[in-house]
Amino acid sequence: MSNLFFTERKSWRQQLIGLNWLLIFLVACLCGAGLMALYAVSQGAFDVWGMPQMYRMIFGFSLMFVVALIDIKYWYQLAYFFFFMGLVALLGVEFFGNKQMGAQRWIDLGVMNVQPSEPMRIALILALARYYHRLPAENTSRPIWLLLPVLLIIVPGFMIMRQPDLGTSVLFAIVGGGILFMTGVNWRYFLVGALGLVPVGMFFWQRMLEYQKLRVLTFLNPERDPLGAGYHIIQSKIAIGSGGVWGKGFMKGTQSQLDFLPEKQTDFIFTMIAEEMGLVGCLVILLLYTGVLLIGFLISLEAKSKFSRLVAGAVSLSIFLYLFINVAMVIGLMPVVGVPLPFISYGGTSIVTFMVSIGLLLNIQLNKNIELPQN
Amino acid sequence: MQSDEEIQKITRRSLLMGVSQIGLMSLLAGRLYYLQVTRSHDYTMRAEENRINVRLLAPTRGRIFDRFGQEIAINRPNFQVVMVAEHAQDPNETIAKLARLVRISDRRRRQLLRDIPRTKEFIPLMVAENLTWEEFAAVNVHLPHLPGIETRVGERRYYPLAAEFAHIVGYVGMPTREDLYDDDPLLKLEGFKVGKNGIENKLDDQLRGEPGSHRVEVNNVGRVVRELDRNPGVAGADIVLTLDSELQKYATQRMAEKSGAVAVMEIHSGDILALASTPSYNPNDFNVGISQKYWDSLLADDRKPLLNKAVSGQYPPGSTFKMLVALAGLETGAISVDEKINCSAKYEYGQDIFHCWFDEGHGDIDLHDAIKHSCDVYFYELARRIGIEPIAKIAREFGLGTRTDIETIGEKSGIVPSRDWKRANLDALWQKGETLITGIGQGYLLATPLQLVHMVSRLANGRKKVSPNLVYALGGKVKNTPEFEPLSVNAKDLRVIHAAMRAVTHDADGTAFMPDLDVNGQKMAGKTGTVQVRRISAAEREEGIVKNEDLPWHLRDHALFVGFAPVENPKYAIAVVVEHGGSGSKTAAPIARDIMQQILERDPQSKDVYIPPSPALETGAV
Repeated sequence: MSNLFFTERKSWRQQLIGLNWLLIFLVACLCGAGLMALYAVSQGAFDVWGMPQMYRMIFGFSLMFVVALIDIKYWYQLAYFFFFMGLVALLGVEFFGNKQMGAQRWIDLGVMNVQPSEPMRIALILALARYYHRLPAENTSRPIWLLLPVLLIIVPGFMIMRQPDLGTSVLFAIVGGGILFMTGVNWRYFLVGALGLVPVGMFFWQRMLEYQKLRVLTFLNPERDPLGAGYHIIQSKIAIGSGGVWGKGFMKGTQSQLDFLPEKQTDFIFTMIAEEMGLVGCLVILLLYTGVLLIGFLISLEAKSKFSRLVAGAVSLSIFLYLFINVAMVIGLMPVVGVPLPFISYGGTSIVTFMVSIGLLLNIQLNKNIELPQN
Repeated sequence: MQSDEEIQKITRRSLLMGVSQIGLMSLLAGRLYYLQVTRSHDYTMRAEENRINVRLLAPTRGRIFDRFGQEIAINRPNFQVVMVAEHAQDPNETIAKLARLVRISDRRRRQLLRDIPRTKEFIPLMVAENLTWEEFAAVNVHLPHLPGIETRVGERRYYPLAAEFAHIVGYVGMPTREDLYDDDPLLKLEGFKVGKNGIENKLDDQLRGEPGSHRVEVNNVGRVVRELDRNPGVAGADIVLTLDSELQKYATQRMAEKSGAVAVMEIHSGDILALASTPSYNPNDFNVGISQKYWDSLLADDRKPLLNKAVSGQYPPGSTFKMLVALAGLETGAISVDEKINCSAKYEYGQDIFHCWFDEGHGDIDLHDAIKHSCDVYFYELARRIGIEPIAKIAREFGLGTRTDIETIGEKSGIVPSRDWKRANLDALWQKGETLITGIGQGYLLATPLQLVHMVSRLANGRKKVSPNLVYALGGKVKNTPEFEPLSVNAKDLRVIHAAMRAVTHDADGTAFMPDLDVNGQKMAGKTGTVQVRRISAAEREEGIVKNEDLPWHLRDHALFVGFAPVENPKYAIAVVVEHGGSGSKTAAPIARDIMQQILERDPQSKDVYIPPSPALETGAV
């Protein structure tokens, strides 16, 4: 019946009601956990990290609703434009960027410092999804048609790597590769690509900066340099392990509160949660993420159009990748690459980008039956 | 429109990705389980190690008392001023302000300003210590105007009797590099002192005590966040010495400015009642950092104030050795009590002529009189008859030639020469004439004053090989007196020696006639010794030997006296050595007489010995 009357657009009110509130709730829970963690980081002061982060979350949530409620056609149509804007922003970083902690990643927009590599990921997802949405299925695995997508991934990826931000550029490439995989590019290409990574890896190893090399070496054996580069990983593992099943209690983590942990408001925030809340707290956080990812996955499967499916799948994949790499990094399964924990880590661009991602998921679910033209 | 086939492909691939995501998620959960459950214990330990810093507390150093509880080494409050750099806005200005209240040496100031940038800003640095109460009070009053300055009370060693016990008790000081090989963590505590000499050094381990600790929570840079608990540690063991401080004081005073040593020993237990070495120094000056000037003056003094002559000074025993030669003669049958030897003031042996100290000669003389008059010719002849080996054997029997191993630093073993000794040490054959010289206690023979009193104690005791003992009780426990081995000399022979020694001090013609020593009829037996430290040439002998008073100090004879009292029922033995003091009769004997008079009047052996209460559990300052 609704189909008869509302063939084009539902009313704003109905759209709002139709949003996936469970997803919004789960994301809000994660954001709340993040705020609590930031409150604990500053030893019971909210205004140090919590307050600025809350403002960004409010901004992020607002943007999420805007993204969710804008007609998906516009996202489809503007995909290449966003990608182009992203490239310009990355070039801007190259020339006018702020240097912080030895890396040139930020652009000062007056209100806040923006890290263009984050929104660029969304732009890449939209652009690739649009490209494959239009590409006839029989061309998907043809080398000539693979050229453009690979360039779309490699060019910005290389620019991000030059900032230098190895972690983000690798994730960027994996998200792009994920879309290629989902859309059905022959798996042999991935095999060849994986094998090709060996010489490429060797090439980049030689070009890597000293601190990046150190991170990799230290990851392979943190005890190699327990007071130097290995210090962070060792201290992080001590903090997590000493948390035990039930944790040391909120704001009672000795490792965190006595500053043995580095970067605990950003990259190592999960460590602090693990120390203070224990295995139970960690599993709760992981379950919240699993919920978000599951919903994202279902949204992808339900969507009619290829574009929607690919965007939903890639957005979920990127949330998963950030979560996985951040957690794997602090528990010593991966090198320390400096990747934030989605929704929880302190950092404006990251939180806003992930809220936009959620906005896209909500949008796709809302518009799951909408067919998009293929040309 | 996309084909179904295409959509299905995306679904398949998405499912594949979803499954891998679940797999990877499980990997995270599994790893978390491993860290937080399986390995939780290890990591908890490591977190505690991170968090908790154990800081040592210096225990109170054990005190040292004399046998009657007189304090010899105690601990006094050490008023200190420290600076915490992070609270001092301008360290230079703060120090300048502080310098108006207390003396701060330029060296300390330079050192402080150098250390401030090198030290973590919250670690206190010592600015001044050993302040007077007035200075300390002044700093405390002005604290509000001295940002970064804190006051503390530590402990420092104090020796109330100072010079009298300096050689025995020693002093404490900063650990040196060698001390740091000791793995006691206490040594790394700032301001911790270790024993540097005497008992303080010898019994340092016992005096030191067990370190206390307080566990503090620290952050990643080591700043103390809060104290978790505190264990005061165990104070070092208190030590009671066998010494009688009144006697020690008297002996030191009686020696006055003379350079030498006095040793007094109880002949049954071996308790050392006095062990003085003069001149002395003030050990308190070492504790607070000795001035270069004082140190130089100590080093420059010919009389060697830093040397503990009672155990480190080695002197030829001279005539005090004659009792042992006489005993050896009687024991070996080389002479009988009645046999007389003619002394014509000269004794020719081979190409050498040996002289008696009495240039008129003693005529025919027997053993008793030879000791009484200290006839040298008698003992040349006797030594020649006995030979060096039996003399060396009896010397060792009476404790010469080996260290007594009492609790002192730098004790020397002396020398008992023999054929083997000469071959081993001088790579030369023994000359017969050397036996003769040994017979009058000179030549290679050397003994410390402690060994001399040891020798006399065994002579007086007569039955047991009594050995000296300096520590009466340690940590409230009385040290067991060891069971002494029997002395292998004939009691009848000993009675002869005792009678001769009695004659030395009781007969008007004895070398040390002392009618004025008489405490309730108790008298002293003894023997003098006068030891040449230069060679007298034949030419000088012709012209008349230069008198001691006319010689420079360092060429004058050493004066010795050994004795025991009371004669009838011996209890105390004494040895006095006065370096370059001239004649034993004139210099050493009167000193011995006066000290023995004090001993007999005080009779320390008959009084109860003080045992300090069980070690007090006190906390030292940080």
